[in-house]
Amino acid sequence: MSEHEYTPKSKAGKWFNDRLPLLTLGAHLTDYPTPKNLNYWWTFGGILTFCLITQIVTGIVLAMHYVAHADLAFASVEHIMRDVNYGWLIRYIHSNGASMFFLAVYIHIFRSLFYGSYKSPREVIWIIGLMIYLLMMAAAFMGYVLPWGQMSFWGATVITNLFSAIPLVGDSITTWLWGAYSVDNPTLNRFFSLHYLIPFLILGLVVLHIWALHVPGNNNPVGIDIKKPSKDTVPFHPYITIKDAFALLVFMIIFAGFVFFTPNVLGHSDNYIPANPLVTPAHIVPEWYLLPFYAILRSVPDKLGGVILMFSAIFILFVLPWLDTSKVRSAVFRPIYRQFFWILVIDVLMLGYVGAMPAEGIYLVLARVGTIYYFLHFIVVMPVVGYLEKTDPIPMSISEPVLTGGAEPSLARKINDKV
Amino acid sequence: MIKSNIKQLVLSFLLLISLKPLQSAEMVDPIKVDWSFKGLTGTFDRASLQRGFQVYKEVCASCHSMQYLSYRNLGETGGPEFSEIEVKAIAASFEIEDGPDDQGEMFTRPGKPSDKFKNPYPNVKAAIAANGGAYPPDMSVLVKARKGGANYIYSVLVGYEDPPPGVTLDDGVYYNKYMIGNKIKMPNNLSDGLVEYSDGTESTVDQMAKDVTTFLAWAAEPELEERHRTGVKVIIYLILLTILVYLSMKKIWSRIDSEI
Amino acid sequence: MSKEEKKVNRRDFLFTASYTVGAVGVGAVIWPMIDQMNPDKAQQALATTEVDISNIEPGKSITVLWRGKPVFLKRRTPEEIAEARAVNMDDLPDPQKDEERVKEGKDEWLVMLGVCTHLGCVPLKDKGDFNGWFCPCHGSHYDVSGRIRKGPAPTNMEIPKFEFVDSNTIKIG
Repeated sequence: MSEHEYTPKSKAGKWFNDRLPLLTLGAHLTDYPTPKNLNYWWTFGGILTFCLITQIVTGIVLAMHYVAHADLAFASVEHIMRDVNYGWLIRYIHSNGASMFFLAVYIHIFRSLFYGSYKSPREVIWIIGLMIYLLMMAAAFMGYVLPWGQMSFWGATVITNLFSAIPLVGDSITTWLWGAYSVDNPTLNRFFSLHYLIPFLILGLVVLHIWALHVPGNNNPVGIDIKKPSKDTVPFHPYITIKDAFALLVFMIIFAGFVFFTPNVLGHSDNYIPANPLVTPAHIVPEWYLLPFYAILRSVPDKLGGVILMFSAIFILFVLPWLDTSKVRSAVFRPIYRQFFWILVIDVLMLGYVGAMPAEGIYLVLARVGTIYYFLHFIVVMPVVGYLEKTDPIPMSISEPVLTGGAEPSLARKINDKV
Repeated sequence: MIKSNIKQLVLSFLLLISLKPLQSAEMVDPIKVDWSFKGLTGTFDRASLQRGFQVYKEVCASCHSMQYLSYRNLGETGGPEFSEIEVKAIAASFEIEDGPDDQGEMFTRPGKPSDKFKNPYPNVKAAIAANGGAYPPDMSVLVKARKGGANYIYSVLVGYEDPPPGVTLDDGVYYNKYMIGNKIKMPNNLSDGLVEYSDGTESTVDQMAKDVTTFLAWAAEPELEERHRTGVKVIIYLILLTILVYLSMKKIWSRIDSEI
Repeated sequence: MSKEEKKVNRRDFLFTASYTVGAVGVGAVIWPMIDQMNPDKAQQALATTEVDISNIEPGKSITVLWRGKPVFLKRRTPEEIAEARAVNMDDLPDPQKDEERVKEGKDEWLVMLGVCTHLGCVPLKDKGDFNGWFCPCHGSHYDVSGRIRKGPAPTNMEIPKFEFVDSNTIKIG
């Protein structure tokens, strides 16, 4: 990857590095040439790494005090909140950390959509990223079950019942997932085990995600390849590290605001009622970050259809690199796609909003319109706009952000063809 | 361009949210009380917490458990802060079941600060049976377990009314303006002068409702004061570090910017 | 000082300040992660135990649980007390008089933490070469005052904080 081979200065360092080239790896990571025009939307990779580490560390700590048993789980969480030294702080960081994690990952995903970071040659980065996202949802869902409150219990019941929509074997699968004839103690126990496992799978995928990133290098806001590394890039350290640090601190201020001043605002008050298999809460909703999918699920009047559509909404993203036919990566130079991008953002926000509302009347209509548009965007808009759109002139290189004069479409098209 | 798009986006989203659902007509929004524990630096009113505990002990505790609290909590900082002697006396005023002893028998003894609050019923089913089929919820985290929190609890306590014409109530069911569905199985237990406050405060219904709600708010979030204090420090610290890192970033990037 | 040097100085100061303030923050975050493993408030509250000693015959002992560890309460006979007090201080690896290990006027009551000071096993009563306790794990012998006489344990068995609430009740802790 790096053009020059790194040799450690000290003898001991060289001895070690010959046997395990950790120092070469370290040098690669510090010197890694990064486009110098990256904007703040690119800082969310670092922020997400911080989120993952925070969740793992606080999670390990919580597991030291938590008891995964239907009769004791709720009480053990209260024990953490009341008696364990700094238990309240650690738990609130963990529970709000999940929301912050998703906030960051959504910005990260939409950044990729806007600047075309999923396009060739970065398809594998994108797919690994989606796998991370799927695992995050699984981890978050199982984590939400652990306090064994009303929302935990009924959320688990509803989500696991999705699998009962599968023809023929559905019921057997649900029973197998539960380990009982309803969500019960065995379910809680296995969810705890998996909730502990998944973050480490995510960690492994993050390593692959970054590895795959370091092969072609970063995309950038202009979306063009690096022409002259000396002019177009900066070493990752200190330029990107300090920028990431600054953005991370701003993010942490918001994070701290939630943890210290409104720690329960993102949760649901019903989850402070111990699980009761006899009573379902009046209004049952998933955590905010799953609401758009929940809206899609409920927009279909058929059980199996809803489940299929909901999973399709995620899996369609896996083939996105091949649905997008445009040769230009960045939406900065795609006037038509750019409009559709923002419509998609509004569409997803709207789906999230109606997902929190009762599935009736105007909300059901909005959910259906939103669902239809969501799929139209990927299946129709992306391929068609990619073909028909007349893109804006693209700069020659990163160090010349604006094409001189801007009135040389022939030159722009030439570059366009090359990309 | 992006900026104007974002503005559009935010505006349209706000518009969407303003299409709030028409709430079902009988639900009344809870009364907004200016609690001392609200806000970024809010703390509990110590005297109110102590009075609130008295109301809980004399009125609520005969039906409602608070199983996640221990008597020692009453003396901890950030709570009612009874003195060590008072906490011991409060604990000792309850007969706690312990055992088994060396003969294998259960026995009762005066409570100790390390004991959990005494449960009025041996189990949930007994509580349901004794209360006409409705379980008096455990009050340890009640304020966190209800939408509207302290405001809602307070409102229900003062929200008893005669049912409006046309509404008939079964025996043992009462009309409450703020309760979901307006029907509640808990009778109105508060009446003026019911409790004789040891600090001489006049025990009006409103006063008792406020005090006991404050007490319940603390019981649900005993870490609140420490959380607020730590939070202010953490935010100030983060802002300071953010400024330092921002200036460092400008310095570092000035090497590049000057080259262009 | 040239302009260039001033610039460098300011830069150095900024970086040092950022690193220092950042390091303080990291330290402040690490502490809760460590302290959470210390005994929690519920554990701390269980620090005392009261024991009824009215049924213990002279020469007998009972074991009670205090803070998750066994506490030996032995009512010693006059002979045993005499034996404990006749020991020459030079024979003790951890010299301590028997009088220092009991409450004055309550000489018959030996109250001690039943934990071998070697590696934390529970010694067996009425065993070993000195009529006291013997730890089966690594062969430490304790005398009738709970003092180490032979074996790898470095010190005498620990006397916890305790008091006589009345003549029949001992409060440990």
